[in-house]
Amino acid sequence: MEFLVASAIGVLTSAGIYLMLRLRTFPVIMGISLLTYAVNVFLFSSGRLVVGAPPILVKGVETYTDPLPQALVLTAIVISFGMTAVVVMIALGAYLGGDDDHVDDPVTEDAP
Amino acid sequence: MTHWIIAPVILPALMAPFIVLAARYHIGIQRVFSVVGISALVTIAAGLAWGASDGTVTLYQLGDWAAPFGIVLVADRLSTMMVLLTAVLALLVMLYAIGSRWDERGRHFHALFQFQLMGIMGAFLTGDLFNLFVFFEVLLIASYGLMIHGGGTERLRAGVQYVLFNLLGSTLFLFALGAIYAQTGTLNMADLAERVTLIGPDDSVGIRLASVLLLMVFAIKAALVPLHFWLPSSYAQAPAPVAALFAIMTKVGAYAIIRVYTMVFPPDLEVTAGLHGYWLMPAALLSLALGMIGVLAAKRLDRLVAFSVIGSMGMVMIAISLFTPAGIAAALYYIVHSTFAAAALFLIVDLTRAGRDTLSLTAAPPVAGAALTAALFFVAAIAMAGLPPLSGFVGKLLILDASFASEQVVWVWAIVLGASLISIVGFARAGSMIFWKAQSVEQPAGTTPAARPATLCYVAVGALLTLLIAHTVVAGPMHSYMIAMADQLFAPGPYIEEVLDTPGKLSEPKEGQ
Repeated sequence: MEFLVASAIGVLTSAGIYLMLRLRTFPVIMGISLLTYAVNVFLFSSGRLVVGAPPILVKGVETYTDPLPQALVLTAIVISFGMTAVVVMIALGAYLGGDDDHVDDPVTEDAP
Repeated sequence: MTHWIIAPVILPALMAPFIVLAARYHIGIQRVFSVVGISALVTIAAGLAWGASDGTVTLYQLGDWAAPFGIVLVADRLSTMMVLLTAVLALLVMLYAIGSRWDERGRHFHALFQFQLMGIMGAFLTGDLFNLFVFFEVLLIASYGLMIHGGGTERLRAGVQYVLFNLLGSTLFLFALGAIYAQTGTLNMADLAERVTLIGPDDSVGIRLASVLLLMVFAIKAALVPLHFWLPSSYAQAPAPVAALFAIMTKVGAYAIIRVYTMVFPPDLEVTAGLHGYWLMPAALLSLALGMIGVLAAKRLDRLVAFSVIGSMGMVMIAISLFTPAGIAAALYYIVHSTFAAAALFLIVDLTRAGRDTLSLTAAPPVAGAALTAALFFVAAIAMAGLPPLSGFVGKLLILDASFASEQVVWVWAIVLGASLISIVGFARAGSMIFWKAQSVEQPAGTTPAARPATLCYVAVGALLTLLIAHTVVAGPMHSYMIAMADQLFAPGPYIEEVLDTPGKLSEPKEGQ
């Protein structure tokens, strides 16, 4: 399972970085989203991977999983969700205003 | 336990929704509450700074939960000084925004401004790394709104870049936090400082990786070359008062580096010894050089000021990357100076907009109120370039002096002095082109000269420059206070004790339980 989780994080990250280097709004936002998924899984695994163990105290249970990473992931998900919404809105505004969805600086005609 | 520590976070957090909900359509009421709120913030921050000035570390446990489990806010000399600096800057910037009517050019300026302050204050006061991340996000999401305040395609484009770069930075921050948690099992800074020392040298790969990742995150915030690409466009395109407030945002990165890399990963820590200075110093020297070359190469006044911010952050980081008490003290002195100088310059750039079509460095008819604006630019440029008699010179002197102990002293001296010369040329060229050469250009026939900016604008900029002069006049006491601050940072024992040994709600079982 460790291999599965680790490779999932790796694939998500590399796909995210590849998409981000495309320099157009849509792929870049997709890339950022993939990266946030990758980081969520990574945070989740930072408390060690345990299968089928409860995070809170239950009578008669010996092994527990670490509850803190789950709380951290929850915060991270909420934040990245909100941020993605904001960037979509701003990018949409920039695209509709400029009729161009490149995210890098436009080449200016050496304007004075 | 005093509750005042959390007031700088709570007050803007309450003020912002109040402004949105109750005073939505009344710009006058919004202004009154905004100014009153920030004035109260200045008073509270001054009180906190006074309380911490004798070296006491005050702890605030949220919900009365004890430290490694609950979130804590900590007020020591450094954090209270940064809070006071932010509050004073915010008040003057707000006055400028009102005077120049920038706050009317879009919706919700005042509410976003308050949320921004909440994030910055929280980032300075928190004693927990994950909480620092959360406050970073609070200040960032407010800054996204402020950055595109007033709209316009140019600004939105710059906004997209700014948001995307910072989203990437946040993702990196989470990776670093995950790595730290996986290695140590805690994210409380004081607790981390103790646990990191327990890691053996054979098992140090993870923690070294995490510490460098974290350094990279803070370097993005501090706009260190080569992670500075987000800064020039976004600062140049942001509305002037917002750019002036953003002058403190790069300092949040510098603050986080100072805090984490003196307490959690101190320079004498075995597993990460020599790691940070090794990377930080060349990057800092490069930032200074590139920033000042950017000042000389800029074709527009707003980009020129943005590059001077990169250069001044390079100067701060040079002093920090020495990781000695003298270096940190010099960096802190320079942080106060460069915050006010950069803010004043961004506001002056906006003043020169009155009566000019563009901000490009070409001869055009004189700007409205040219004499006063030119004088202010002259003073601010002297401060930023670090010429005597203003505090930039004193700060630079302190940094040069602190670098004697370093092995790279030759590099530091050569680049600091060379960059100063380049920046003087850059500022002199810009100033003479915009203010001096303009006198020989006739106002085109049939047009009327633009009205002079409001007096309140000049009051705000003048107050910033007065603070710079005051910072120079009291340089002696200020510097000795900064040295006391640096000593406190390099002896984090009392801080850690205060955080970890203060009992909370569940520390000891109560009677009868």
